[in-house]
Amino acid sequence: MRNTVVLFRREFFSYFATPLAFVFIVIFLLLAGAFAFYLGGFYERGQADLAPFFNYHPWLYLFLIPALSMRLWAEERKSGTIELLMTLPVTLWQAVIGKFLAAWTFAGVALALTFPIWISVNYLGDPDNGTILAAYVGSFLMAGGFLAIGSCISAATRNQVIAFIFTVVLCFGFLLSGFPMVLGLFEGWAPRAVIDAVASLSFLTHFASISKGVIDLRDLLYFGVLIAAWLTANAIVLEMKKAD
Amino acid sequence: MIEIKHLTKRYGELTAVNDISFDVAPGQVLGFLGPNGAGKSTTMKMITGFLAPTAGSIRVCGHDLASAPLPAKTCMGYLPEGAPSYAEMTVRSFLEFIADIRGLAADSRQRRLDDVIGRLALGSVLDQVIETLSKGFKRRVGLAQALVHDPLVLILDEPTDGLDPNQKHEVRQLISDMSRDKIIVISTHILEEVDAVCNRAIIIAHGRILADDTPQQLATRAPSGRLDDVFRAITTGKTQEATHA
Repeated sequence: MRNTVVLFRREFFSYFATPLAFVFIVIFLLLAGAFAFYLGGFYERGQADLAPFFNYHPWLYLFLIPALSMRLWAEERKSGTIELLMTLPVTLWQAVIGKFLAAWTFAGVALALTFPIWISVNYLGDPDNGTILAAYVGSFLMAGGFLAIGSCISAATRNQVIAFIFTVVLCFGFLLSGFPMVLGLFEGWAPRAVIDAVASLSFLTHFASISKGVIDLRDLLYFGVLIAAWLTANAIVLEMKKAD
Repeated sequence: MIEIKHLTKRYGELTAVNDISFDVAPGQVLGFLGPNGAGKSTTMKMITGFLAPTAGSIRVCGHDLASAPLPAKTCMGYLPEGAPSYAEMTVRSFLEFIADIRGLAADSRQRRLDDVIGRLALGSVLDQVIETLSKGFKRRVGLAQALVHDPLVLILDEPTDGLDPNQKHEVRQLISDMSRDKIIVISTHILEEVDAVCNRAIIIAHGRILADDTPQQLATRAPSGRLDDVFRAITTGKTQEATHA
């Protein structure tokens, strides 16, 4: 536990040691705002809710979260610090979890900094703040899911660009599996259970239900299991190929 | 004590380390010599627990690396090849991170940090970001990192690589000063270094130990009495009588 905290602190503050933190947060806030106001029609809809804001989070995360996760392990490999880290008296799990939590907390900070839009909607109307809170929770969980995938992919390569591209592709798959265009491929021939299973793998399905304000245990479990599974894969990948 | 028994590492077809066994006792400064690709770094990576051996066992300070890696890692300090460190951190925050992860108690933490900063003359660059440092300073930061917790066992992979002659001299002095009660294993290409700091030398090539002796004894194996001649003879296999029986 203590080791995880020490590793977490090092990783978390390393974001702020470079322009990465600043660039990421600024771009995230700009894009989140642009999507909500221009594409989402935040004002034009005339409704006091944040649906146009949250609806674009999956797409925003699709490109921004892999940019955050790509360095997690690939950089350690590239610079050789993985050898330093793995010969310190820490376990593999402490390292995996410490790093993941640092990236997740950082994503949480960026998400929390979108609070002005929450203030705006409360100023302009009378929104359901419970729903908004649930959507924030859902968005944060989804960011964790993307990050866990990204962390695992990052552990498999020393090249950050490769880590980025593969993570985007994989996350895209996880997003799309809830979409009619993917589900359409199964409809008509596959049993309902298969279609439901494919749809239930999707980030979108679970995020959508949480962001409607319903925090269902199954959705929480989905993200919990997803994160745990990808972090386990992350540890296995590291164990299998530490040196190269 | 380091006890290595029948250590082997294979990468597919390639056998990087081939059934080597040796012990190192406190007070010994063991120089690990060998041409590039001889298996020096691979052996060190296995001793420090970074790589798992294909076969064989390693015990450090009485702890088996395979079954009790954390206690074994706790009593070791390691400078990996190339002295990697977190480039975006300052020297101070990097060393503090190492001190924290090594679990130094609050009362000894600052004393230990001051000690290694003093020993390696890092006082002037403490608040500088590591990536902006010269190669010599980076190497010294790597050494400082290995020494923070005052370990009983020090594994240093090419500790003087990239240092200028004065710095080399200082690092050798540092190693000699610490050698009395510690176990120190260094790898090097520089034979004069072995003469200067080591009281034992192991020559390794193609993953096998070819000679294990004091540098003085080794040197007598060549008619010239020079360690480089012995090294060349042993590692190229030209003079058979020079090899270890």
